[in-house]
Amino acid sequence: MSGLRVVNAGFAPTIQDRGRPHVQHLGVPPSGALDPVALAIANALVGNAPGAAALELRVMGPTLEVEAESVRVALVGTVAAIEVQGERGGPVDANRSVRFGRGTKFRIGGLSDTGVAYLAIEGGIDVPEIYGSRATYTRSQIGGIEGRAVKDGDLLPVPKSAVGERSETKCADLDWARVQGPLRVVLGPQDDFFSADSIAGLFAETYTCTREADRMGIRLDGPALKHVKGHDIVSDGIVTGAIQVPGNGMPILLLADHQTTGGYPKVGTVISADVPRLGRLRPGDEIRFEEISVEEAQAARAELEVATARVIDRFVRAGAWLDEAALYRENLVSGVVGPMD
Amino acid sequence: MPPAASDETSTNPRFLAAGDTAVVVEFGVVVDHAINRRVTSLGRALRGAGLAGIVDLVPTFRSLMVHFDPTVVRRAEIEETVNALLPELSDEADGGRLWRVPTVYGGDYGPDLEDVARRTGLTPEKVVEIHSGGTYECYMMGFMPGLGYLGILPDELALPRRTEPRVRVPGGSVSIATNLTNIYTKESPGGWHLLGRTPIELFDLRRAEPILLNAGDSVQFYEIDEPTYREMRARADEGDPVIAPEEISGSGEGA
Repeated sequence: MSGLRVVNAGFAPTIQDRGRPHVQHLGVPPSGALDPVALAIANALVGNAPGAAALELRVMGPTLEVEAESVRVALVGTVAAIEVQGERGGPVDANRSVRFGRGTKFRIGGLSDTGVAYLAIEGGIDVPEIYGSRATYTRSQIGGIEGRAVKDGDLLPVPKSAVGERSETKCADLDWARVQGPLRVVLGPQDDFFSADSIAGLFAETYTCTREADRMGIRLDGPALKHVKGHDIVSDGIVTGAIQVPGNGMPILLLADHQTTGGYPKVGTVISADVPRLGRLRPGDEIRFEEISVEEAQAARAELEVATARVIDRFVRAGAWLDEAALYRENLVSGVVGPMD
Repeated sequence: MPPAASDETSTNPRFLAAGDTAVVVEFGVVVDHAINRRVTSLGRALRGAGLAGIVDLVPTFRSLMVHFDPTVVRRAEIEETVNALLPELSDEADGGRLWRVPTVYGGDYGPDLEDVARRTGLTPEKVVEIHSGGTYECYMMGFMPGLGYLGILPDELALPRRTEPRVRVPGGSVSIATNLTNIYTKESPGGWHLLGRTPIELFDLRRAEPILLNAGDSVQFYEIDEPTYREMRARADEGDPVIAPEEISGSGEGA
């Protein structure tokens, strides 16, 4: 089998695509990329469909070695470079595609500028689909490789043993990743469980992302919200982006691995156009919230789709990155000990 | 989530915003047969309506969460469709499937059986008789893949959750808390009282249909002995679902 060998996994990366949001009625969380915009751009750079399975990286990237004739990859969501190892190695910028030949070893270091980044591979990562998705949900061992995070020694299988030569592409416009301003929120479904002062505070005050953060959610620190009807509800549905407030009054932002139902009131929901920004948050980041209507939220989502398509439309040609080691080996193979002789 | 029986049944649901990708259709705020049946009935009707852009329909005790793709359908269209379906909704049971779940009660399989007996003033045998004598409706799925909240448990067995939740509840554990019973599909932390264990895998990725239960199904438990457990468990280990559901036809079959 061809693919990328995981020499060192880094900080528990997972294989993610667009998830399985259609089986929440069976208790299966949606999962999928925390930042679907970055996933789509990374995939577009290597010629994949927007939702192809890629490697989701957090905190510290992996070291990988090519065990295929060639692969094409793109790192998106960070400005950290891909560091090609060895004598003829060197840095390859993020946000561009690059083709590596067999034996190339490359490393992605610390991701200090984002909560999440993606390494897309041409053809996608070829692991089995569960309920139509390859996304990893580690709590119930669903998807990815054996339902777990990627570890040292794994092979990330690719469907083709070689990729074609073509000019590489680059995403020069990185404004999409630098969106600032408050996170937009639609109130509800249980805003009536909170005092009016608390809700006013939610939109006036600053909250800080704590270290208690994973793919399920991010605990925030800031002014506590006050419940006026208790903090238990008869369980109801949960959507990605929900702002759940347990008994201590400290909000939790729920992300893609959230449970499908729950018994704490949700004061509001971060709109789908801003959910990708939640994935990018790091511990210590400060955030503010702004209230908008459902209609405005739908318009914002339509704008995001158009903006993302425009970013992809405006990819430019990237300069060649010469994989000298592979070139040398190919010459050696075809010139001296050609297998067809 | 303290469920309580009540006669609070609202005919016209409330629409609650859950951002721009979901809307909650809320029929009530308590655990109640009639409310839940309207939820399930709306779920079936809405699936049948074939509205484009619906991503998933998640029934809970008292509400239906409609997940949708806001680039395809607007929330207003969903509300219109739901309102048009309301007159057709039924609060009678309308079909579904019946699962008979084999269970070893007590001992290492159900370490809380004695305690439950003591706290309810019943003998362990009586607890088993009552628990395995009921037909439970699956009100909703949640907490973990394939786990159904089943009710309503007879009053004699109603107990609050354990004050000290267990760090590890084995997969297959048949348990009770408040007026509900459930089956843990995989090992997990949990605060329910463990009465027994089923050899059945309610969630097995090797099967074409990994998850057996669905909201709207009915469940009965029946007692088996340890040798039967081991024999069924060996088959389950091979990926065999071991049990198959009966289709329930007709309506008005109450629990």
